[in-house]
Parts: sequence; structure tokens; C-alpha cells
Amino acid sequence: MRAEHASAEPAAVAFERTDDAALIVRLSGQWRMRHGLPSGDLLTRELMRSTGIRRVAFDTSQLGAWDSALVVFVTRIIEICRTRKVNEDRAGLPAGLQRMLELAEAVPDKKEARVSAIRASIAERVGRASLEYFGGVTDFIDFLGAFAIALGRLVTGRARFRRIDLVIEIQDCGARAFGIVTLISFLVGVILAFMGAVQLQQFGASIYVADLVAIGMVRDMGAMMTAIIMAGRTGAAFAAQLGTMKVTQEIDALTTMGLDPMQFLVLPRVLALILMMPLLCVYSDLMGIMGGAAVGAGMLNISLTSYMRETTAAIQLGGAFGGIFKATVYGAIIGIAGCLRGFQCGSSSSAVGEATTSAVVTGIVYVVVACGIFAVLFHILGL
Amino acid sequence: MSEPDTVDSAQPPARRPQPHIIVRDLTIAYGDFVLMRGLNFVVNRGEVFIVMGGSGCGKSTLLRVLLGLKEPATGEIFYGDFNFIRADSEARERQLRRFGVLYQGGALWSSMTLAENVGLPLGEFTDLSSAEIREVASLKLSLVGLKGFEDYYPSQISGGMQKRAGLARAIALDPEVLFLDEPSAGLDPITSRLLDELILEIRDTLGATIVVVTHELASIFAIGDNSVFLDADSHTMIAGGNPRAMLEKTADPRVRRFLTRGDQSEQDRASR
Repeated sequence: MRAEHASAEPAAVAFERTDDAALIVRLSGQWRMRHGLPSGDLLTRELMRSTGIRRVAFDTSQLGAWDSALVVFVTRIIEICRTRKVNEDRAGLPAGLQRMLELAEAVPDKKEARVSAIRASIAERVGRASLEYFGGVTDFIDFLGAFAIALGRLVTGRARFRRIDLVIEIQDCGARAFGIVTLISFLVGVILAFMGAVQLQQFGASIYVADLVAIGMVRDMGAMMTAIIMAGRTGAAFAAQLGTMKVTQEIDALTTMGLDPMQFLVLPRVLALILMMPLLCVYSDLMGIMGGAAVGAGMLNISLTSYMRETTAAIQLGGAFGGIFKATVYGAIIGIAGCLRGFQCGSSSSAVGEATTSAVVTGIVYVVVACGIFAVLFHILGL
Repeated sequence: MSEPDTVDSAQPPARRPQPHIIVRDLTIAYGDFVLMRGLNFVVNRGEVFIVMGGSGCGKSTLLRVLLGLKEPATGEIFYGDFNFIRADSEARERQLRRFGVLYQGGALWSSMTLAENVGLPLGEFTDLSSAEIREVASLKLSLVGLKGFEDYYPSQISGGMQKRAGLARAIALDPEVLFLDEPSAGLDPITSRLLDELILEIRDTLGATIVVVTHELASIFAIGDNSVFLDADSHTMIAGGNPRAMLEKTADPRVRRFLTRGDQSEQDRASR
């Protein structure tokens, strides 16, 4: 009867000091997690106020229904008792709760396993982040070196990987990428032509749109746009594939079988990209020029023949080969960034997502940096 | 530090035991955090050696160190006369080819069929023709009860079947040492018992030394010839020897608590 009455009451705590240096904690009402938790400060204050308490006991005769809320509260009280060197008497607690506390205490708290949660100062965090960033660059160079060794083994015919993997990767990052490369490159050609046309029309020099598009695509935009497409498409796929293989221990399984993952997984993937990128770049150049021609014919009334004649006159062999060379280098960068991030992946599904994101970001950043270096280099070399 | 309480093997083996894996003063650490220290044990040729201990005590990490997937902080590991820790990567790779490993989740290569998974090491390290490889792969799969599943992909079969396929791949090259990481985790009791029988079968037919990481008591008593008991709190090994003999004789309450699943009456009976 009493319990039924008590169950309607909210959770309450009362303290009572007895004569024999004990403090009775009276727990009453309904202890439910959805109603929140009373704080343990009351007990601390109670212990501070009355000196000479050596024992804390519990009275639960008025207690209604309870769940983990009560367990957490009692654990807090026990913690406070421990730090203040006061004994706790658990006899008054419900039997189920006593067993639950025993289970919770069965494995002692591992102090050394706890990660220190001290918040670092802003200077420290900036410093750490910078060191980590430059560490990332050395990781990349490290990986590049390991890849070069694997490539050396390939040249001497000692590399171990399945030839079929290389064929599959070539298909995936070559033929299967045609659709998206067609679309993006054509549109980039249209945009370049359109932007140029608006300015050049004012001077009656519309025909030079063909030169603008041709030189722009062949020298830089073709390689750059292909690289960005492939970073998002294939670099991300590499990171996700290798990251998942890391999580499921498939990479460990290769290593312990004496098969080097660098040769077995990275070599066919990066090689496929290095082989396919120049071809995709040439195709992208062509598509861009066609986009430009569409604008020229549709908007500027330039005949296709004169557009094409102007285009062939504008393209120089050096610039075209420069673009193809850049595309090859971008392919290596994207492939290596994707595989590196896959290998660095942690062992959880969210880590695979992070690895994929990081692969795309790293790939694009390094491609743009390389593009800048090439621009300066080609200028100096007079290409 | 107390000396590990080692119990002699209950059944004396027929011939003189020949040390196969020797671990000396091994310390395993993650950065500054020492996971295990002072590990010393010997695994004899042709025995089933159990690495046991509670969850999170470092059993799987010890396995990774034995396989060279993680470098130990200090200490040495010998496979026969071969110093595994000091060896260069090529010598290590050659040694690794004499190992078979079954990973916790099977770790089958998901882009390959079961026959290709088992056949890959055969193709890379033997001169067999592709038809012969297929034949050997079929045989290994039939040994683990997966005849007819050659052309299935790992994602198309159940977890227990993936484990068995992983075992078939691990024994593809007739390894000298077979490492099994939690072979019966996630399997029903009957399948797990069949797997235990299979492990003993492999030991007897291939003569392989088998290192099993597990905390399944039924398996430990069924297949263990020798063992080491790792304790998470003291960060070292606290017992070793034949598991059945250990249950009878050990004085350490932590070991007895583990071997009796914390059952008080069993512990009392054992101590009497």
C-alpha cells in the first residue's frame, strides 16, 4: 500500500543524523531517468555541516519504482563517501541495486587507460595541427617512395599482383569515366567560349574565341578538369576500397601471406590512373574545343571550318604535350593520395568516411599546387 | 613481480617436445602505455597452444606481434632458429609464407570468390597451373565442409561459413604454424565444436603447430595442449601450461575464476 502511494511521488532525498555518528540517506518517491537526477551536492554539504560522521546508511522504505537514475545517484554518493573517507552501509538498498553495484565495481577503473581530457591552449593546438600537416606531407613523400620501389619491381618483372586487377582498374578509371568527362569538359568549353565571346565581340574579334578555348583547354583546363573529376570519382573510390579492406583485416591477411599490399593493391590502381589520365586529358581537350565550337557556331556565327582552322593554328605541340604530361602527374598524385588515405584509415566505419573525404581534399589540393609549380616551371623553360 | 605459475602438461607427449616458437622478455606497448610486459613462453612443434585471458587484455595484440604486424617494444621471438624480430623484411616475408592465419572476421578478400581466395596464395607461391590451383582450392574447401561453394563471394555466405572459408585459405599452403584469432567467436555451440574437431584434425594430418587466441572455455579445454594466461591488471602472463591441468592445480584465484566462469561452487570444489 505504502509503496503504491510512494510511487506517485517525485524522487526526493532527505538526510538524518543519528546519534552513533551515522548519516541516514532517505530515498523516496519515483526514481526515473526521464525525470532527471538530483545532484550529489546536498550530501557533500550535509557532510561538511555536521562533523564526525563516520558512516552513511540508506533508508529506502519510502522508495517507489526506480531505474538507472537511482543507481547513478547511489554511485555518486559512494564516490563522495570514498573521497571523504566515510564508510557506506549498503544494507538498506534494494537487493537488485546492490547486485548491480557489485557488477559495476567488478572490473576496477583503469586510471592509466583514461585519456587525459585536459584542454590544450590555442597555441598548442595550432602548433600540433601544423606539425601534423607537415607530417602529412612527409607521409605522402614516404608513400611515393614506396610506390617507386614497387614500380621498380614491376619494371624488372618481380612485382606480385594480379594482372586482372590492373585490367579491371583500367576499365574502371578509363572507359567508365567517359560519360562524366564528356559532360564536364564540353560545358567547360562552352563557359570559356561564352566568357571570351562577351568581351571579344566588343572589339569585333569574335574569331579569337577559338584561340582562347583551344589554348585554355589544351594547356591547363583539360588536365585540371579531368584531375578534379578523377579525384572525386576514382581517388575517393580507392580510399574507400582500401579503407574497408583495412577495417576487415583483408590488408593484414595479404601481409601475413607474404604479399606486399603496396604491390598487390596500390600498384595496379595507381598504374591504371597514370595510364588512363593522359588519354582522358586528350579526350577532354577535344570535348572542350567542341563546346567552344558550339558557342562559336550558335552565337557568334563563325563557320565550323574557320573555327577549326583557327583552332589548329592556335594549338602548339609543346603546349599540348605539356598538358598531357601534367595530366599524367595529376593521375599519380590522385592515385597515391587515394591509396595513402585508405591505408591510413582507422578501424571503424566512420574512419572510412574520413579517409574518403581526406583523399579527395588531399588529391585536389596537391593537384592545384602542382599546377602552380608547372605554370612557373613552364614559364621559365619558355614552353 | 610474482613468477608465473606454470603447470606441467598432464599427458606426456610421445616424443620429446621440440620448441617451435620461443618468446623471450616480450614487452608490447602503445606509445607510453605498456599493454604487456615480461612475456616468456615456448610453443612446441605440433601442439595446440592457447592464448587466453579476459576481454581487452591484449590477446589479439600479442597475435599481431607474433605475426610481425606490430613491432614489440622490447624482446625477441624465435621461430625455430629464426630470429623474427631482427630479420629484414625479405627474410620475414619468406617466414610469413610458412604461416596460415585465420582472422577474427574471416578477412576474406571481398572482391574474390572463395576458390580465388584460397587459390591466390597457391598462384603466387607455387608453380601449379590454374586448373591444378582450382583443384587444390576445391580440396581445401571440402576439408572445411564447403564443397560446392567455390564460386560464391564472401558476402553471399553466412558468418560461420566465412570463418571456415578463412580457415581453408589459412591452410592453403600447408602451413607450419597456424594462427587462429577467436575461431569460434560468433558461432553456435555445435558449429564451434565442429570447428574444434577440424582444428585437431588439421594438427594431426598436417602436423602444424597451432596458436589459438580465444576465451571460449569449451574450446580451451577441448583442444588446448598448452597455454598462456594473460592478465589485464598486472599487464603480464600469470599462468601457463595444459588448461585441464591448470584448472585442477592452479592456486591463483584470478585464473581459477576465469576457468570456472566465476562460478563460486566450482571454485570451492576445485580448491578442496
